[in-house]
Parts: sequence; C-alpha cells; structure tokens
Amino acid sequence: MSSEADNSSMNFDETALTLGLPGKSRPSVGEKSGVKREFSEMVDLNLHKKQNNDQEHDDGSQVEVTEPAKSPASKAQVVGWPPVRSFRKNTIKSCKYVKVAVDGAPYLRKVDLELYTSYQQLLTSLESMFSCFTIRNRMNDGKPMDLVNGSEYVPTYEDKDGDWMLVGDVPWKMFVESCRRLRLMKSSEALGLGNRHTPCYKFPF
Amino acid sequence: MAHSFPEEVLEHVFSFIDSDKDRNAVSLVCKSWYEIERWCRRKIFIGNCYAVTPRIMIRRFPELRSVSLKGKPHFADFDLVPEGWGGYVDPWVSAMGRAYPLLEELRLKRMVVSDDTLEMVSKSFKNFKVLVLSSCEGFTTDGLASIAANCRNLRELDLRESDVEDLGGNWLSCFPESCTSLVSLNISCLGSEWSLRNLSALERLVGRSPNLRRLRMNRAVPLDKLANLLRRAPYLVELGTGAFSSELHPDVFSNLSGAFSGCKELRALSGFWDVVPAYLPAVYTICSGLTSLNLSYAAVQSSDLVKLITQCQNLQRLWVLDYIEDSGLEALAESCKNLQELRVFPSDPFAAEPNVTLTEQGLVAVSEGCPKLESVLYFCRQFTNDALFTIAKNRPSLTRFRLCIIEPRTPDYITLEPLDAGFGAIVQNCKELRRLSLSGLLTDRVFEHIGTHAKKLEMLSIAFAGDGDLGLHHVLSGCESLRKLEIRDCPFGDKALLANAAKLETMRSLWMSSCSVSFEACKLLGQKMPRLNVEVIDERGPPDSRPESCPVNTVYIYRSIAGPRLDMPAFVWTMDEELALRLS
Repeated sequence: MSSEADNSSMNFDETALTLGLPGKSRPSVGEKSGVKREFSEMVDLNLHKKQNNDQEHDDGSQVEVTEPAKSPASKAQVVGWPPVRSFRKNTIKSCKYVKVAVDGAPYLRKVDLELYTSYQQLLTSLESMFSCFTIRNRMNDGKPMDLVNGSEYVPTYEDKDGDWMLVGDVPWKMFVESCRRLRLMKSSEALGLGNRHTPCYKFPF
Repeated sequence: MAHSFPEEVLEHVFSFIDSDKDRNAVSLVCKSWYEIERWCRRKIFIGNCYAVTPRIMIRRFPELRSVSLKGKPHFADFDLVPEGWGGYVDPWVSAMGRAYPLLEELRLKRMVVSDDTLEMVSKSFKNFKVLVLSSCEGFTTDGLASIAANCRNLRELDLRESDVEDLGGNWLSCFPESCTSLVSLNISCLGSEWSLRNLSALERLVGRSPNLRRLRMNRAVPLDKLANLLRRAPYLVELGTGAFSSELHPDVFSNLSGAFSGCKELRALSGFWDVVPAYLPAVYTICSGLTSLNLSYAAVQSSDLVKLITQCQNLQRLWVLDYIEDSGLEALAESCKNLQELRVFPSDPFAAEPNVTLTEQGLVAVSEGCPKLESVLYFCRQFTNDALFTIAKNRPSLTRFRLCIIEPRTPDYITLEPLDAGFGAIVQNCKELRRLSLSGLLTDRVFEHIGTHAKKLEMLSIAFAGDGDLGLHHVLSGCESLRKLEIRDCPFGDKALLANAAKLETMRSLWMSSCSVSFEACKLLGQKMPRLNVEVIDERGPPDSRPESCPVNTVYIYRSIAGPRLDMPAFVWTMDEELALRLS
C-alpha cells in the first residue's frame, strides 16, 4: 500500500513533500531543534520565558532557564522528562509530588514540594506556572479575562485528614508533610475558609 | 465437494488455538468458520478501548471469559495526558455485567476505574477469578474491599503500579475466612502506613492460601513481619518485600535468613525499599534459583549490589538503580550469563551533575558479557556513537532497546556529533528489533536509517529530535510493522502526517505533543479518514479560537471502528462526521 497513491486520491498535492524546508508561514518549523517553542512552554512546569529564546545552540545543549524557586544544583524541569514514572521519583529521593488544580484551568499540574524551602518560593513558582494561561471567564462569554484587572486566587490545600485549609497557616515543614494536594481557589469561593486576614495572592493574568 | 467437519469437531480443534493472531486467521477462512470461532472465543485483547465499543465486542463474541483492555496512551505514564482525558472502564463493565455473567478475568491497563465499578465487578460475575489493574487510577481501598468480600473464587488480585487512594481502612479483613483460593496478590503500590489489624489480616490470609505463589507487598509491611509471612508461604515463587530495614538485631537477621532458606521455589524477588545493606545477605541462600531481581528501589552502593547480584548466576532479568555504576555492570556481565533483560533507572534524574559513575561503558560491558541479552532500558548522562556500534555488533539479537540520555539533545560526548550513526547501527544490525526509544542529539538522518532498516519495529518513542517533516516521513513510510508511534517536542509538522495518512490506519495510534502540527491539518485528516479518530488536546481553549495554522499542543490519532467517542472532556476536540459534512 503506497502512500503516494493515496496521496493523489486525497488531493494532497499542496502538501506533497519536497526536500526543501517546510513552509515559511510557520516560523517555528524551520528552526533548529535546539529551540523550545512558545506553545510548548505553556505546558512546561517551572519555566520562565527568556526574552530572546530563539538562540540556537549547535552543540545541542538545552537552553538554560533560570528558576528562582529551585536550588542552583538542579535544572529547570520539563514536563514528563526524563520519562520516569512518579512512583519511582517518590521512592528514590525525598520527593513530595502533589497535584495542583487552579479554578478555571482544565489541566492539573504536579509540583514537588521538596524543591522549595518556603511558602514564598512555592507561590512564586505557581504564579509562573499558571501565568501563561488564558483563563476563561464564564461571565464574559468565554473571552479571555481582562488582563488589567486580573483576578484574585487563594491558595488552599487538602491535608492528611481530608480537610481543606488555607496555605500559610502552619510552619512550612509541617505543611509539606501534611499536604495531599493544592488548589488555587477563586477568592470569591474561598470566603468560607479560615481567616479573612490571610493574604490573597494576586496572579497577574 | 464438501468435506466439512461437524461443528463440534471444529470447535474442539479451535480450542487448541490460543493466540489472537491465529484465532483471527481462523475466522477469515470462511463464513462458517467465522461463526463457529466467534462462539467459542474465550479470550480477547483490546489494545485501545476507544477502537471498538462494548456493544461491538459483545455482538461478535458472546461467550468471552477473559477480557483485556488498555486505555490511555503510553505517554500518560509521564503526565503528558491531562486528567479527565478518558479511559473509563465503567461502560465496559456495565455492558459485560449483562452480557458475560460467566466472566472470569479482567485485565486493565491505564484505565480509570471507580469504586462503583469494582463493586459491580464483584457482584456481576459469580465465577470471577482474576483482576489485574496495571497503572490504573480512580479507585480506593473501599473498592478493593468489595472485591475481597464478594469474589468467592478469587485467584489473582494484582494492582501493579496503580494509583490507589489508600483510605487506611481494613480492606484485607474483608476476605472471608472461607477464601482460600488466592494464587497471586500484588499490593506493592499501596501507599500509606498500615495498622496492625491490616498486617495481621494479611498474615491470616497468607496462612490460609495454600495455592499462593506470588505475593508482592507494599513498603508499609515491616521487615520483622516478613519471616512469619514466608514461613506461612514456603511455596512462593515470587516475592515482593516491604521495607527492607530494621534496627540491626541478630535475631531478626537469623530469623529472616532461615525463613528465606525455607522458600526453595523462589524465582523472583522485588520490593527492597529503604534497604539496610546488612540485611541483604539474608536472601543469599535462595540467590542461585533467582531468575528475576528487581532492586529498582534499593538505594544502596554498588559494592552491596554486586555482592548480591554475583550470587544470582541464573538471573534472567535485573532491574536496578544507577547506583550499580559501570563497575557493578561489569561484575554483572561476568556472573550472569543468562541475562535477558536489564533496566537501569536514574537515582537522581534532576541533578545537574551526575551523582554516580554510570556511563555508556556499563552497557557496553553487559552487551559483551551477556550473550542472551535482548531487552534494555538504560538511563544515563552520556553516550557515544562508538558505544552504540559496539552494542549493535555484540548483540544483534536485541528486540527492545530504550536508551534515555537524561539531558535532551546531548551529542556524542567525544566527537560532539549527533548520535544518528550509532542508532543507525542498532537498527541495521538488530533485525528483530520490535521496540526502540531514542534520545540524545539526533537529526533527520537517524530517521532515514530507521525507515530503511527497522522493518520489524512495532513501537517507536521520539523526543527532542529531528530537523523537519522529512524525519517523520521516513518513519511513516519505511517502518512496515509500526503499530505505535509517540513523539514529543520534535519539529514535525503537517506535510509528513498528511502524506502518510493511510499509514495511520495500519497502526494502533500516533501521539504527537509539542510538535508543529496545525489545527488545519488535524481537521483535514479527521475529515478525510473516517476510520481514524483525530483528537486535538489543547489546554488553551478551542482550537478555532486561534489561527488554523497555529500548532496544536497535542494530537492523538488512533484507528477506530467505534466512531468519535462520547466521553470527551472540554479540552479535547475531534472532527465528527456532521462537522466534517458541513465543512467539506
């Protein structure tokens, strides 16, 4: 079964392969493989976008990205790479992967709480992780949220007993130990939880 | 002239034919053979639960006893498939509950299973014997309690690598005292600490299961309980320990050592969490009988690993952490001449600098010393084309070769060239290669080699590789046996995909994430190929809210006779027929 025969019967002449570079209308396709594309960064954990990330590295080394929350010894992490299953990561070294949900964002993420030493580091990292989103606002008929006003989110977590608590109430180590999962709740929904004086973290959407 | 055998005779003959391929061939001979065969088929394997519907399965095979189903694609193991994507087994179990009251075996992989589903399984099938949940999720220990309580003839309960919410209850006590049929129990994935009640329930269960041959426990089962368990199950063939640590106490050690030496049938060992090296010698007496050893949770030094491994001369399978280092692999190559499968996992995958001396040398040594080596999974930080040439030359019998160089796009560290030639040698020499995973710096040339030589290749995994569409075209047009292709972060786009659209119907599935496939191409493919489901998975909202030429985040394409699925979440789009008609 030759793909060329099927090619013509489906009228794919326009897409017939040539040996030249693919069409220029998609600038990302012609680049060297050393470059990360914008859209893939949206689903990568813990990456800050560099302003000039179209540098090419002939030696094939990864574009180095800085990440304030990480210790200098470990590099920025790409989702799902290296391909090691999470149950292995959790048992080999001290690792505490928990799921992170954000109200309005369809995908869940996972973060390793052991990578951080303070609440501030964790929250800064979450901000950068979710700042690339186009969050849907149901009130606006699905149009992207007004970026100027942004929105207030309250970080909450489920503890070992299954209770939902506000992030920041207990000492950091105790939090890492008891946290089962995280949820960034819209502040309007979080009114029932705990202490009004707990700071709301404003995400620059 | 018809010399036809009576149906019963044909049925009897067919009962000796076990493999799916052969059964499928039988069913194609003529209409009457098709009919006879479908009534007497007892076992089915469905590699993609969305390729077919329960109704279609039941309509064709009314008398199944054993069903195996797979749900999410392989990259779900690495968090690339968002939660809620699909793979729900509930509709299957509901339908089978009505159609197959005599169902005995259910084997699921990467599917979402709920407690309600488990309860349904436990109550619908009176003769239920085997439940294997491999990398599944969505259920808790409450679901397990239903299985334990209601399945009177349960033989196998295997939860390998599933994500189970451990509610800390007492589900093991739900096995009634009258349940003595267990042959295999694998609960190694269960997480939390266990109560003493659960532990004693486990001891009693083991004690009243004379047919128990495979027992894999979880980390929470302490070492000082192991000896007692072993004494109750001296005919065990496979054992997974719990945590292998305890305060150093000569009594505990001698008790354990004695218990192990009583288990003369042991062939496989696993577990070994939190190993205290001083306890490893407790297993020495049974080492010579071992064919399979999984030390991939054992964070111990190379010297301790070597002392253990070199006693296992009959070892066929070894899974180990990179703590073994090159020196340990050299010792392995000297001692274990029957080795068929080696997996080396990274102890610290995210460390910027290597924490151990595990390089290409280790794998080269094993390829030299182990003549029966056929399956390799190897994580390391550096490699050379030369090493790949050597491995290919030494081991043309390789059938599975997965090399993961941890840093994407790493070149040959000596010549700084891409690893195209090295992997080219692998596919050229290893003519029986069925599975290949690539890594390191790779250009389109490697795909040219693969397309030219890898004629038996069934599964290929590609990441951070290639220059453009030509690479993908080589693979799709050249690899005749290709069934599963998974690609991430490669500059492959529309042209190769569209030019090879027909090929996709000969495969189970194609996954492409963070590549350059446009929504326009996905729509075209979905319209033109009605027997393919083309799923666009994108978190950024509807693909038609962006320019059509914009690359999608993920496209997952699989062949299907079930049509578009009805359980897609909000972030998955597919071209359904109606939409296709309107647009064409």
